[in-house]
Amino acid sequence: MTSLAAPADHAAVRQAFARRHRLRAYEALPWLVAVAAYFVFDNYLALGAQILATILFALSVDLVLGYAGIITLGHAAFFGVGAYAAGILAAHGWGEPISGLLIAAIVAGSVGLVSGAVILRTSGLTLLMQTLVVATMLLEAANKASFITGGADGLQGMSVWSIFGLFRFDLFGRTAYLYCLVVLFLCWLMVRRIVHSPFGLALNGIRENVARMHAIGSPVGRRRVDVYAISAALAGISGALIAQTTQFVGLTALSLERSGTVLIMLIIGGVGQLYGAFIGVPLYMIAQDRFSAIDPVYWYFWIGLIMVLLVVFARGGVLGLIERARRLWRS
Amino acid sequence: MTDILAAVVSIAFHGLALAMVLYLISVGLSVTMGLMGFVNLAHGVFAMIGGYAMTTLMSRASVPFPLALAAAVVAAVIVSVVLERLLYRRLYGGDELDQVLMTMGLIFMSVAIANYLWGPVSQPMQLPRLLSGHVDLGYREFPAYRSFLIACGAVLVTVLWLGLERTRFGAHIRAAVDNLRMAQSVGINTSRLFTLSFALGSGLAALGGGLGADIIPIDPNYALANLVYFLIVVAVGGLGSIRGPFVAALLLGTADTAFKYLLPELGAFFIYALTMALLLWRPRGLFGLVR
Repeated sequence: MTSLAAPADHAAVRQAFARRHRLRAYEALPWLVAVAAYFVFDNYLALGAQILATILFALSVDLVLGYAGIITLGHAAFFGVGAYAAGILAAHGWGEPISGLLIAAIVAGSVGLVSGAVILRTSGLTLLMQTLVVATMLLEAANKASFITGGADGLQGMSVWSIFGLFRFDLFGRTAYLYCLVVLFLCWLMVRRIVHSPFGLALNGIRENVARMHAIGSPVGRRRVDVYAISAALAGISGALIAQTTQFVGLTALSLERSGTVLIMLIIGGVGQLYGAFIGVPLYMIAQDRFSAIDPVYWYFWIGLIMVLLVVFARGGVLGLIERARRLWRS
Repeated sequence: MTDILAAVVSIAFHGLALAMVLYLISVGLSVTMGLMGFVNLAHGVFAMIGGYAMTTLMSRASVPFPLALAAAVVAAVIVSVVLERLLYRRLYGGDELDQVLMTMGLIFMSVAIANYLWGPVSQPMQLPRLLSGHVDLGYREFPAYRSFLIACGAVLVTVLWLGLERTRFGAHIRAAVDNLRMAQSVGINTSRLFTLSFALGSGLAALGGGLGADIIPIDPNYALANLVYFLIVVAVGGLGSIRGPFVAALLLGTADTAFKYLLPELGAFFIYALTMALLLWRPRGLFGLVR
């Protein structure tokens, strides 16, 4: 067997790794589209802001699902905790948005760290159940603690201040859109850095083969809890963004439906490729906006049908289809 | 003192009735999950089909109770066999994520279809005259329908256990749950076994949904709203077991009734906390197989 550590190979390996996470031209595409959308669709900026915030939520799910391979049906827990943290702050006289985001991230991240440390000992269906139960427990708690959360009526009376005291949240959602865009961009840079770091590679290893990662001495349990907490913090930021830009938080922020739909949006785009969220979320939310205008009940039928067809015919989502088309074209 | 005793008896009675319904609905899910390793979140859809078929037949076509129940089971079995052959089959042994996605899709479709056909209001259950009112069991009276539910549940549980322990079909299922490849190599037709047990589980779910329409109201969100409870029964009981879900359903049914009676403010919260603790203590459930 030839040694991997021969000096020449070493340089080649290092170069290959360096090339892995170099920025590519197509990575600018989502951002160009987002900036162009600001000017072209200026009647829909409120929806646009929601889409951008939800992309961040889907990105946080991608981190645990696509990279660490943890299937979760309860990520709304962290989204909701972040939304309520930012919302309660703003309703009680601290409407500064950026510190609100940070506090929401810290609170949601802590909930993720604690619940992750407890539930990530399990795996498979039991883990799926545990994520579901954590979210349902928080939903139940928020429902009952109506003196803080407003219960089933939702949290009202939020007042969010201007960003840096300069940019007021306007009626058309211009500030909201740009605010969400900037936050999403910063979070995306961080996620991109994480998945290409040694930590991210270890996560890939855990997803692909846990036994081998244990065998080479990788601290599997700690890595899983770490990524869960990071992802929870991102989901919290996303929840806080939606709370601040819509000035409202309802119980649906914590619901199973939200955990489920974000999973669907991500899968429609493609899991574990960092860009699935950028494709799936706009597709889903724009279609939902159009179809719900006709009849919200029908929308459920069509999205259900799309999910079934997706599993049967188009595994890997839109990005999977693109990849397949590219391979077909090459051969 | 008599008040406390009366409360305990009442909780036990109503808890038992709820437990029977939960068990009937969830036992099929436990078998399909244990047998085929399939995360079937849409199992509640079959219970919902049973509930809708039964309430509609009874209230609109005034079909008698037993006939309506039988028709409900047949309807759910037919739908389940079609879906199993058409969709579920493709994902056996596949990715858990795909299974979650597809069955969530089926739930969403069921919500829309039920909404379209029956509207958003929950369907009233018209009890037959024989079963409405109360029965006198010596020292106090009990609601007749719930007594009937408990009796039905007890009979069905016994039949199921005997069926699994004493019949050839039951032995095939047990063999396939224990070791699928070995079961295949000794010549058990597992493909047919899957379809049959899937249909059986769905039929039982329809039975539970139909019989329990009075306890778990039938509305379009049925499959989604009750999903957590069905999953709790299966996960706490242990996959692939018939006894486990029974114990879990008893626990959940009585705990749910007791908490709603004693602590209506925090009831559901405690149920979830208990589930979490139980699953941390025994990740494979109370009667789960160690593999």
